Amino acid sequence: MKVSVDMGSCHGHQMCAIAAPEVFGSDELGNAKVLIEGDLPTELEGKARRAEANCPERAIIISE
Amino acid sequence: MTDTRKPVESMLTDYDIFEPSFVANPYPGYSEIRESECPIARTERYEGSWLPTRYEDVVALAQEYEIFTSRGILVMPPPPGQAEGAYGGVAAPPITSDPPDHHWHRRLILPVFAPQAVAKYEQSTRDLCNALIDEFIDKGTADAAADYAQHIPVRVISNMLGVPLDMEETFTGWVRGVLENMHDMELRKRSRLAIIEYFLAQVEDRKTNPRENDLISELMNTEVEGKKVPIEYVLGVCNLMLVAGIDTTWSAIGSVMWHMAQHPEHRKQLRENDDLWPTAIEELLRVYAPVTMARIVDRDIEFQGCPMKAGDRVLMAFPAANRDPRQFENPDEVILDREHNRHVAFGSGIHRCAGSNLARLEVRVALQTWLKRIPEFELVDPATVTWAGGQVHGPRSCMVKF
Ligand code: HEM
Ligand code: SF4
Repeated sequence: MKVSVDMGSCHGHQMCAIAAPEVFGSDELGNAKVLIEGDLPTELEGKARRAEANCPERAIIISE
Repeated sequence: MTDTRKPVESMLTDYDIFEPSFVANPYPGYSEIRESECPIARTERYEGSWLPTRYEDVVALAQEYEIFTSRGILVMPPPPGQAEGAYGGVAAPPITSDPPDHHWHRRLILPVFAPQAVAKYEQSTRDLCNALIDEFIDKGTADAAADYAQHIPVRVISNMLGVPLDMEETFTGWVRGVLENMHDMELRKRSRLAIIEYFLAQVEDRKTNPRENDLISELMNTEVEGKKVPIEYVLGVCNLMLVAGIDTTWSAIGSVMWHMAQHPEHRKQLRENDDLWPTAIEELLRVYAPVTMARIVDRDIEFQGCPMKAGDRVLMAFPAANRDPRQFENPDEVILDREHNRHVAFGSGIHRCAGSNLARLEVRVALQTWLKRIPEFELVDPATVTWAGGQVHGPRSCMVKF
């Protein structure tokens, strides 16, 4: 499973970093930064899904 | 004061956001509208406005910034003549800006509020919370709103701006003058002018006595396309810091204290489980979202069957959206570890709160510090709690005993 963020829709709610701090951080503007490029370790998949479900802008894209 | 307002005939066609029982508890009214056949209510009061209450509608409106503009963001029209009067050009960027300027108005301040940038205020916020608690802990009773919540954001903001802390009461008075007493047009005008004149003097002072490490100085030295930003922008951002950063956060902290005073089980959960804090703060912000913002309709348009006219005011009821059962299971219940929480307490779209990381930090530290020193407390009398509402909802007096 991989994650990415549509930076056009991300407005820096940081809900992703709250739900999955191992996977999402913040850039210098406070918008999302994906911390893990490529496949996520399986144990983080649940958290990444939770991050997706908490993003008010629906900016997180999960690809299996 | 006797209430001379005319009784509300129907929430759907005659809502009154300043009606005292709605101010104290707006949620039943929001539900009534949201679950009716007409989830976007209309009123002719205060020169008229629309009130969308469903999550989906509020979020959709927030995305359409070309139609629903931020020329006016207050829930009541401005005092007559404000735009033409002294400092008419000073607004509160980026909240009052529309694209294309909104982009740079927002871009310039974002780095100041990124999570890594606001982390440096954690210790000073904790110290200030402790100092407030020192004042009343031996008395066994305190006003969690007026003795505690109210003092926290204004001191944090003063510290960021680099202005003396003894301005606290004055700032609080000005902010309430602008946001809480909207019917008093003279007071609103006076408060706004006082804010602008105060910061103008601060700017002038920094020209002769340059300083470092304060936001006013940073703003004054910021350049866009090789030119210093205009003074209206500097003053506007200072104005914004007061009106967006103080009442809002103080209201959120106050509501959280009010909630915790009545929920020993939630205090216990937080005490026993440190990992719960991040989702708990988001959940409390969802349920007690303090802020409603307005938009001005740019051109005649039909939105969800409502015939909106150019110039109409639309109230972005984020607190109503946050309790929409279509979006949140058991929306009126506080579930500290709620799994799915796309709440919009901080808005949505391009104007989404730039100060949210600071706001979260303040709410968390305020509650953590209190719970550590005063783990058990309760309301003295639920009936004596007083509230502000309309634009910003939160308790203004909330006596607790411990
Ligand atoms: C719990 C506290 C707070 C809440 C609930 C809150 C809520 C909001 C909301 C709903 C908006 C969107 C306005 C709109 O759509 O028109 C907003 C915008 C904004 N807020 Fe906050 N706010 C809080 C605290 C703060 C603080 C502490 C600051 C900074 C010191 C701040 C700065 C801003 C700014 C700069 C904007 C405008 C962003 C833009 O237009 O691009 N807020 N806030
Ligand atoms: S929650 Fe969504 S909008 Fe917010 S920072 Fe993360 S990706 Fe961006």
